[in-house]
Amino acid sequence: MSTEEKKNSPIFQDSNKTYYPENEKQVSSVVKELYKKNLPTELIGTGSKSFIGNKIQSASKLSLSKLSGIVEYLPEELYIKVKANTPLEIIEKILEKNNQELAFEPIDFGFINNGKSNKGTAAGYLSCNFAGSRRFKVGSARDHILGFRGVNGKGKIIKSGGTVVKNVTGYDLSKLVTGSFGTLVALTEIVLKVLPKKKLSNTIIIYTEDKKLINELFEKISSSRSEISGAVFVPEEPEGKRYKHNKERVFKFNDLESKGSFLALRIEGDKVSIDERIKVLKKELEFNKLDTSTLDVHQSVPFWKKINNLELFTETKNNLLRAVIPPSKGNELMQKLGNKYKYYIDWCGSLYWIEVQSKKNMKIVEIKKLIKELGGYLTIIKTSPEYDYEETIFTVDDTRLLISEKIKKSFDPKRIFNPGKMYRGI
Amino acid sequence: MNELVLPKIDKTTIDKKEYIFKSLAKIINPENVLSHADEIKPYETDALAAYKQTPLAVVMPENTQEVSNILKFCHKENIKVVPRGAGTGLSGGALPLQDAVLLSLGKFNKILEIDFENKCVVTQPGVTNLGLTHAVQHKGFYYAPDPSSQLACSIGGNVAENSGGVHSLKYGTTTNNILGVEMVMMDGTVCRVGGKTLDQEGYDLMGLICGSEGLLGVITEVTAKILKKPQAVKAALIGFPTIEEGGNAATQIISNGIVPAGMEIMDKALIEATDNFSKAGYPRDAELLLIVELDGTESEVDGLLKEVSAICKKNNCSSLKLSKNEKERLSFWAGRKAAFPACGAMAPDYYCMDGSIPRGKLAEALLEIKNLSKKYNLPVANCFHAGDGNLHPLIMYDGGDKEQLRKTEEFGAEILKACVRLGGVITGEHGVGIEKRELMCEMFNDNDIQQQLDIKLSLDEKNLLNPGKVYPILRKCAEEGRVHVHRGEEKFPDLPRF
Ligand SMILES: Cc1cc2nc3c(=O)[nH]c(=O)nc-3n(C[C@H](O)[C@H](O)[C@H](O)COP(=O)(O)OP(=O)(O)OC[C@H]3O[C@@H](n4cnc5c(N)ncnc54)[C@H](O)[C@@H]3O)c2cc1C
Repeated sequence: MSTEEKKNSPIFQDSNKTYYPENEKQVSSVVKELYKKNLPTELIGTGSKSFIGNKIQSASKLSLSKLSGIVEYLPEELYIKVKANTPLEIIEKILEKNNQELAFEPIDFGFINNGKSNKGTAAGYLSCNFAGSRRFKVGSARDHILGFRGVNGKGKIIKSGGTVVKNVTGYDLSKLVTGSFGTLVALTEIVLKVLPKKKLSNTIIIYTEDKKLINELFEKISSSRSEISGAVFVPEEPEGKRYKHNKERVFKFNDLESKGSFLALRIEGDKVSIDERIKVLKKELEFNKLDTSTLDVHQSVPFWKKINNLELFTETKNNLLRAVIPPSKGNELMQKLGNKYKYYIDWCGSLYWIEVQSKKNMKIVEIKKLIKELGGYLTIIKTSPEYDYEETIFTVDDTRLLISEKIKKSFDPKRIFNPGKMYRGI
Repeated sequence: MNELVLPKIDKTTIDKKEYIFKSLAKIINPENVLSHADEIKPYETDALAAYKQTPLAVVMPENTQEVSNILKFCHKENIKVVPRGAGTGLSGGALPLQDAVLLSLGKFNKILEIDFENKCVVTQPGVTNLGLTHAVQHKGFYYAPDPSSQLACSIGGNVAENSGGVHSLKYGTTTNNILGVEMVMMDGTVCRVGGKTLDQEGYDLMGLICGSEGLLGVITEVTAKILKKPQAVKAALIGFPTIEEGGNAATQIISNGIVPAGMEIMDKALIEATDNFSKAGYPRDAELLLIVELDGTESEVDGLLKEVSAICKKNNCSSLKLSKNEKERLSFWAGRKAAFPACGAMAPDYYCMDGSIPRGKLAEALLEIKNLSKKYNLPVANCFHAGDGNLHPLIMYDGGDKEQLRKTEEFGAEILKACVRLGGVITGEHGVGIEKRELMCEMFNDNDIQQQLDIKLSLDEKNLLNPGKVYPILRKCAEEGRVHVHRGEEKFPDLPRF
């Protein structure tokens, strides 16, 4: 083969042992080849989230970055069909032009990695299934995928779902591939549900450090008729610690006193309904007893961007944990966390982002155990350079692991895709 | 009705029938093992009443351990098992097999925990869909997915079928409204997925089991999310002189950024049928009727209704009524809810299809159905969940006439194929079951189907759990049976029909 021919061949590897197939057929040929030779590979998009999950030992990388572009966008049908590795930024820009959005509010993991925005690609994002602040109101990433095409571990091109929201034809494999960290299918095309963007947003800030009150407020908000679409609590930072990206620096807004701890509630809609919702909320939460302020739309929008960029943990060199618990256990968890960690609570009391400075795994083990006892689960999102990987990144029990192994086998019997990324043996 | 092909009967199972009954009676309370012909008769069919089959036996376990023990036994002895909820399924998913034990979840009828703090209900699968809402409504909460069979269908069946309702566009289907399940695999392994937390880590096994039509595991517990009722709900009833104009209005409502809580369309045939039947006061001169329901805060709903009205006027609507109170809102729905019985009153039999299409293709789809109706010389009435694109054509025929029955089945299959051609799917909410098995290849090729079968076999390697359903047996797109309602002898006659 001449160099030119080699370059054009789908199974051409560059000097980093990376394949760059340009279309689905080529992905299939590469995978068929790897399957034949029993060679594991690491699937990569732009690599924006490659730091999440266990490290992979693989002979090669399979970059899907060339599978990019909008295939079909029908705003009135509320869906967009994209090549799997289309950057989210491009998708969001196009939707924005039509006053639509991905309602699950994708998180930008670029900031914690290197201080810069990098939302990565549609496929990369779905592989993780991490939804932003609106999760408790509109569902997660997995609730917004209508269908996909991709290549399984045998190199077979498969599809599931479609473009319509009402569809019960066959197993719902879209759900299964979402959150599978690229261990089941190399996605080639994705259909995402899109929704109209709310016209405006306001944010009410409530200043308090009373943990019991905070959890009571979370509980009231989640049963409120005011349709709150974001509810976070940002506590005091641990005493004596100096953070470069502390909350005063990150949340610098005219109408926010970000020195102490505060609760932020987002209300979205047109002006009239926002006003009406705030009125209802004032009664429901008894504002007259609270110390509050309001962020207008110019402050509210960037505030939630910062939350969903995880900017409090920009370029962190520490371990970053993501814990999800039943909201009723919030009080207990907050008591236990005390003032020892830098953390904040999202999803109206369900989601905790916790930074653990410890160089040893001990504290992580403790927190993980605690979260499990509270009926939740914990994922280690980013590890400090000293992290020794003795503690598993994900939480799983034996039965689920066994079933997961079987499912993995049905897609990827030779463990070609991202072996060990999630669990040993998968 | 065409001959229905079912999995090969396992003679060994039939031969050791007595041994099986005895063994099952040791595993669970003997009173809960039914094997006499008259005892098992009620279980011969689900709501796809055209197909009947006598099961080997019916077992009614009372707890998860019993389910696990039954499955373990059947696994060991190579006995097929068909799970069954309330039997309201419209695609024959719970159709028994002669050599299979029918596992009824009928005794799993308790709500285990109401947790207002975490906004969820932990329930056994045999509780009805409406039972969930009834348990929480005193505090202003409800369970969102609302299939029109909600009075009778079980929550376990809802999970197995991933059922939806009129409000699916805004509030999602079952899969978007549950937090966790407990399920028992065919080998007896009990697996808990999710819980009271949002999302779960690892493979989304809950997403997989949802809509798996009883083929992957038996659901023994469900944790369902509950929502607070919206502040205000109002509806508009709009008539249009042409299908195109009505269809355009529905599309424009969505493209204007409005997400209605419900949006329904009826064609002229159905307007007339329902108005004759229920005296709903629908505009009889209209070619198409649109019902739009909106919820939110009081002034938001009023604002949206104004926008909807403007869009409809722009599209030349011939009549427009806004609900002034709850009574009027319900009266708007009354005719729509009488759609199925109204068709039942017009012809000896009707056959309900369940395709999904892109919203914007409604006019095209209806035109195609109209042409098919001419071709087959059979009347058809259409209702359409315009919010989410789910189309239910109701073909009227006389099942006593064999030739008409054959034509009806052909007609139905052609409609579903047209749905796929227009960018849609063969089933929006009723499931594939026995009914649409052979039509799967309209949507999926061999690779797609093989992947699904590989999953099935990875979890049930002997293919014992609900075999013969969902996946084509013939592997060709044969025209087979469907939802036939014969001379009013329909199952669940009291349920509203959507
Ligand atoms: C009048 C009428 C109106 C209807 N309207 C709607 C509607 O608006 N929307 C809609 O989506 N559907 C509708 N349906 C269909 C039907 O009600 C739903 O599919 C419902 O979810 C079935 O529930 P079931 O308990 O009756 O299940 P069954 O009919 O008993 O079973 C259905 C399938 O689920 C499996 N199954 C049941 N329980 C379990 C379990 N615990 N574990 C594992 N598998 C199980 C069975 O094997 C079978 O494959 C309607 C039906 C009727 C008769």
